[in-house]
Amino acid sequence: MPEALDRAGLTLEAVSIHVDGAPLLDIDCHIPPGNILTIMGESGSGKSSLLDFIAGFLKPALHAEGRIFLNGKNLTDLPAQERHIGLMFQSPLLFPHMSVMQNLMFAIPARVRGRQHRKEIARQALEDVGLNGFGDRDPATLSGGQQTRVALMRTLLAQPMALLLDEPFSSLDQARRAEVRELVFCQARKNDLPVLLVTHDEEDALAAGGLVHFLDNHKNNNGCSKVQQPQISIAKR
Amino acid sequence: MPKSTGRPDIATVLVTILLAGPVLAGLAGTILPAFGYLPVLGYRTFSIEPFRALFNMPGIQISILLSFGTGLVASILSLAIVLLFTAGWSGTRTFVRLTRFLSPLLSVPHAAAAIGLAFLIAPSGFLVRLLSPWATGWTRPPDLLILNDQAGIAMTLGLVAKEVPFLFLMTLAALNRPHIRDFYKSGASLGYGRMSTFIKVILPQIYPLIRLPMLAVIAYATSVVDVAHLLGPTTPPPLAPRLIGWMNDPDLSKRLMASAGALLQLFVSGVSLIVYLLLERGVTLWLKSRFESGHRRRQDAAARQAGLWAMSIVVALMTVSIVLLVVWTTAKSWWFPDVLPQRWSLARMMDSFGTGGPALLATLLLAISAAGIATALTLWVLEGRGFRKKPRHGWLNTYIFLPLLLPQISFLFGLQTLFLGADLSGTMEAVLLAHLIFVFPYAFLALSDPWNRLDPQYAKAAASIGASRARIFWQVQLPLLLRPVLVTFAVAAAVSVGQYLPTLMIGAGRVVTVTTESVALASGGNRQVAALYALLQLVIPLSGFVLAALLPSLVFRNRAAMRLER
Repeated sequence: MPEALDRAGLTLEAVSIHVDGAPLLDIDCHIPPGNILTIMGESGSGKSSLLDFIAGFLKPALHAEGRIFLNGKNLTDLPAQERHIGLMFQSPLLFPHMSVMQNLMFAIPARVRGRQHRKEIARQALEDVGLNGFGDRDPATLSGGQQTRVALMRTLLAQPMALLLDEPFSSLDQARRAEVRELVFCQARKNDLPVLLVTHDEEDALAAGGLVHFLDNHKNNNGCSKVQQPQISIAKR
Repeated sequence: MPKSTGRPDIATVLVTILLAGPVLAGLAGTILPAFGYLPVLGYRTFSIEPFRALFNMPGIQISILLSFGTGLVASILSLAIVLLFTAGWSGTRTFVRLTRFLSPLLSVPHAAAAIGLAFLIAPSGFLVRLLSPWATGWTRPPDLLILNDQAGIAMTLGLVAKEVPFLFLMTLAALNRPHIRDFYKSGASLGYGRMSTFIKVILPQIYPLIRLPMLAVIAYATSVVDVAHLLGPTTPPPLAPRLIGWMNDPDLSKRLMASAGALLQLFVSGVSLIVYLLLERGVTLWLKSRFESGHRRRQDAAARQAGLWAMSIVVALMTVSIVLLVVWTTAKSWWFPDVLPQRWSLARMMDSFGTGGPALLATLLLAISAAGIATALTLWVLEGRGFRKKPRHGWLNTYIFLPLLLPQISFLFGLQTLFLGADLSGTMEAVLLAHLIFVFPYAFLALSDPWNRLDPQYAKAAASIGASRARIFWQVQLPLLLRPVLVTFAVAAAVSVGQYLPTLMIGAGRVVTVTTESVALASGGNRQVAALYALLQLVIPLSGFVLAALLPSLVFRNRAAMRLER
């Protein structure tokens, strides 16, 4: 599909993932810059495998077909570190051996020169998410919501061209959840990034406001996970 | 659930006495003679005469330098190979494949590895045979000092071949923790190359777990006796093997000097540890300054290749060495420069089995009892700590690992004198105790991590339905940990089989194991028999590891969750 080449945004072209020959999921979609596509499905429906495939971490046991384009560039065969795709996980995964500031400076590209300059950028990023003065803190002393906010800024400071969110709000309590979610979506729109959000929370999907894909899971649930039944992704709403 | 009283429990106290007791008593028994006090032999006045005699020995400075240099270089080189390889390949198929090769190599005792390596690189060894006479023109073994070379290169190589599998498995164990895979992903998604991610993100998190084994490697390598005997320089030898010579000298007054030498060895190993810690500090500071720079180093193919090559060479050296052990045991005549023996025979092997029977029996007996006691004690200590995650007493860890951080020779001298005084020298019990001092720390090292990672909810769930602590231990925790417990037992048995110096010194020639015997035979030049004994050394731990791998699969064959995830 040559038209994919000219499109800005993240394109998944006829992507299908198989486990031991049995199809796990199929998806074909396009996410324009600044838009959010939400993917919903039960655990085991292959959500994480899809993210792994897009980010370049597909496990050797899985087999994937189809192509990924980001702003017209084919990423399918590039190693993860060359894809410029930011990833947020279920847990914030701040590096425990670095300070909050170091975590952020770690992400700023090396072409941004000058220690003071880099530090200023990181400081500004903290201010943007309301964490002024947290730079010298040990990440472990931050609350869950604060850690997620730092993780968000760390992801964005690396200047990604797309954002994958793997249930990053699931570890937050109800009160913080909406607030942090709004912040993440707002930052993504501000940076004009195509966003793919994986979640099993309806509220996340509603808040994202974009299209929703449902990954259906038809496997017979007797605890035996070896045999995967084919499943179809369709239903947009 | 045990209450946190702040007081150590019985198991902890017992283990501390068992380990620290002999070590401290042994140290005292070394220090006193070093200063001229050894009443058994009639020396009752303190003096520094033993030290004066020691420093007057010819070539003593060279011996010191050799111990320091070979030990430190071999340790750092081993760690570098392991980290370079892990950084470049962790998580790949290549990594998994080489891991399968490296794990069994851990069970090869030092002496067996050194004997095999000697068969490989000696002037009449396999490598030269491969090239002779067509490439080298040699029709008889060249007069080259490849083994026992003056600079200790062969000895360093022998130590590296043995320490790489050990440090590698320690690194593997350290990598086996939650979120490591996700940390790799987050490094890569931020644009960092594979090696950069490992060095800046993963290594700082896992290094604390590798550090202690690394220090133990340095303490061991700077004071090693068996490998030095087999591969090290002879004119003069490194410090530790020289001390053994003086200790066994018919002139009993040399014992004072040997004791002074043991203290010197303590000092040399101590300095090596300090030098390493300073290097470590420097590297850490340098690395910390790089966290903020943002350099991604995505083009790391060359470094990755280097890591793969280095690791493959070590694995190949070890594998070929072991194959050579097998070939030599079955060779009847194998003249230079033939690549393979002219005549094969199993008769000699059968003969040796007959004469080696008692040594094999003693080795087995020691290995099984030492491993059994050490594993049981470890379980006792860990269970005593209850469901808490953090060890309650930081100092306990220091005591447990103390025997690994001191050169064996520094307290074995004193311990030997003490056992002599108590008329225990040369008994199985005394040798068993000496083995336990070194076996227990490894058992603890092997089991404490799996134990701490066991989900405490299992025990809580059992307790909530009224199970007693004993029932929780026997029916829940122990079965869940069957695999690591058996692995621990195998590791402990392997460590016991590998003990050369403790057997030699405390056994006083009356308790002989295949390990002490193989070193003696190899120095005596009897290749066939030495090869057989070296092979026997490796068969015992290997069968232990095979059992540890098979038994759980058999017991839990209908339990999917108990299978190894990989």
